[in-house]
Amino acid sequence: MEANFRIPLGDWVEVGLDWLTTTLDGFFLLVRTVLVSAYDGLEWLLQAPPYWAIIVVFAAIAWWASGWKLGVGTAVGFLVIVGVNQWENAMNSLALVVIATVVAVVISIPLGIWAARSDRASAIIKPILDFMQTMPAMVYLIPALVMFRVGVVPGIVATIIFSMAPGVRFTELGIRGVDKEVVEAGHAFGSSPSKILRQIQLPLARPTIMAGVNQVIMLSLSMVVIAGMVGAGGLGGDVVASLSRIDAGLGFEAGIAVVILAIFLDRVTASFGTNATKKRSKK
Amino acid sequence: MYESTDKVTPETQIIPPDSGPQRTENDIALSVSNVYKVFGKRPAEVIKRLKAGKKRDELTALGTAAVIDASFEVKKGEIFVVMGLSGSGKSTLIRTLNGLWAPTEGSVVVGGTDISKISDKELRRVRQQKISMVFQHFALMPHRTVLENAAYALEVQGVAKADRLARAEKVLNLVGLEGWGAKYPSELSGGMQQRVGLARALSAETDILLMDEAFSALDPLIRREMQEQLVLLQSELEKTIIFITHDLNEAMFLGDRIAVMRDGEIVQIGTPDEILTSPANDYVAAFVQDVDRTRVLTAGGVMEPALAVVNLSGGPRNALRTMRDLQVSAAFVVDRRRNYLGTVRDRDVMKQVEAHSSDLNSVIRKSIEPVSPETALNDLFGRAVESPIPLPVVNDAGRLVGALPRVTLLAALGNVPSTTGEFPVVDTAVAPIPKQMVTDALAKTEGDA
Repeated sequence: MEANFRIPLGDWVEVGLDWLTTTLDGFFLLVRTVLVSAYDGLEWLLQAPPYWAIIVVFAAIAWWASGWKLGVGTAVGFLVIVGVNQWENAMNSLALVVIATVVAVVISIPLGIWAARSDRASAIIKPILDFMQTMPAMVYLIPALVMFRVGVVPGIVATIIFSMAPGVRFTELGIRGVDKEVVEAGHAFGSSPSKILRQIQLPLARPTIMAGVNQVIMLSLSMVVIAGMVGAGGLGGDVVASLSRIDAGLGFEAGIAVVILAIFLDRVTASFGTNATKKRSKK
Repeated sequence: MYESTDKVTPETQIIPPDSGPQRTENDIALSVSNVYKVFGKRPAEVIKRLKAGKKRDELTALGTAAVIDASFEVKKGEIFVVMGLSGSGKSTLIRTLNGLWAPTEGSVVVGGTDISKISDKELRRVRQQKISMVFQHFALMPHRTVLENAAYALEVQGVAKADRLARAEKVLNLVGLEGWGAKYPSELSGGMQQRVGLARALSAETDILLMDEAFSALDPLIRREMQEQLVLLQSELEKTIIFITHDLNEAMFLGDRIAVMRDGEIVQIGTPDEILTSPANDYVAAFVQDVDRTRVLTAGGVMEPALAVVNLSGGPRNALRTMRDLQVSAAFVVDRRRNYLGTVRDRDVMKQVEAHSSDLNSVIRKSIEPVSPETALNDLFGRAVESPIPLPVVNDAGRLVGALPRVTLLAALGNVPSTTGEFPVVDTAVAPIPKQMVTDALAKTEGDA
């Protein structure tokens, strides 16, 4: 049943978007240039050496971060990716995920700190995060496309927006969860708020913040496939192609590569978060 | 004879157990006047109504009054205890003293600076240089070593690393944590962690130390040990300590003076003896009911006037007469300036009288050690049991100021007023020589006097 009134929300959004693209064109161009060059640089770094060299490096990182089991697992997993002929796509996607994650973390941690220190900031940021996280991810792609044109950049931007929320939330949660008495002790001995943040709140909130970073990475990976729709390429590109050709085989091969990347990134970042606390209590 | 004039002076009665000679009167370390702290929507309105005589429970819709009209002064070198149950506002009160909470109304003056009127930056300076704090749950930084934690206050003050670590090391040794500097707090027991907390506060070298339920999270045995160590450290370092606790025994043991809080208000401020013996109201009275009196009350606080006292220069005949009149078998001997010399037994004195000797000195016994007025009753029971006569109470100058019969110790435990004069002041553990025999002996030797 159609109501007898119509809110022209869609029109407003389009008008707003038009205004944005015309007035902030220079800004978008700058963002695009920065993101493209960062992505190209990282992609080159991952693609230029032979695949086995990269695998050795990744396995070494996994070993160092967690242990020999993850190291071996990583080597096997990446060999599987090579085996299903998804190496190039996987490296594309990895570059996209890394760039998006770095930007998302750089934005979300300060936002989380701000939200933790001010109840008002928290009250404003929370609904915005809810909006960003629950809005169907593909919806971001349209304005991103308009603003940044087809290619890898709208994919990165949409990924950043979609994956930022847990970074902010976990940072706020982590800092608010720091033992109040320890923070109070900082104040009681006459330390300044910025020093208390650096010396007490951030170190103590680190495991929680790292869990947030881990979540950011996971969400970025899940966006990789969707980013494929706007020509971001990588594993997403193959998944979208397999969908349009109804090619289950290709879809599965690209899919398994996503899963392997996800497990590698998750385990490595998770152990970064817990290592600090483990070392402390073992020593 | 002195017995009629030998009343216990008020001064000796209120000497608190821990007051040392370092107490300097009229030297105020910190003063709080008419401080209110109200949380909630309309703090000013709450204060207005409180002043108009409303109770805080009637005003909960407007805000919660955590501290109501608190005023007190803490002297330099004093241990000032704020005692109250949870919700009495004591933790809020202590946090207004270093500006962690700004008072809603009233002023807090720390070392001459009104901290409610200064900028954040100046307030941080006051905290660095004048007032440090020890926390209930230690509040140590888990990611730093014990030594780094102990050096934290110095780090905030801007002391160079090598210097501050060296100074922190010294303070760690002082609190008994020698060799633990490289460990992390999680590797230490609760008591040791609190020693680190104490070391951190002491290393700041501030004059004032705030201690917020500092020993409440510790086991009773450790707590006792820490209390004793704190008293010891305080007497060495002469810090002004403001100690918050809900434990009355702890308050009584540590406090030179105690402020009792209830529902945000200070209901009584006084020495432990005063709180115990003359509570301001029924609440305080009910509160102190369960306290371990033997740890709080002192010999000086409960002693009786020493009645059976003989003067050395009075000779054996006077001594014997006094003992006969009082029907006692022994007496304390003093010189002209009332310096305590020892005790004499009636049998010994009688022999001297019968031998026509005027020498009392040769029969003085020194077997009973005099006790100081500051001694807690706790430490006196054993000696009272072993001693056949009351324990003499002798002050630092060597003067006899009173006596402690066993019955007085018992009366003090039961909170029965004991200075009634109805109790025979000298125990009758050894029966005195019958009156008639003494009179006869005195009559026979009439010419000697």
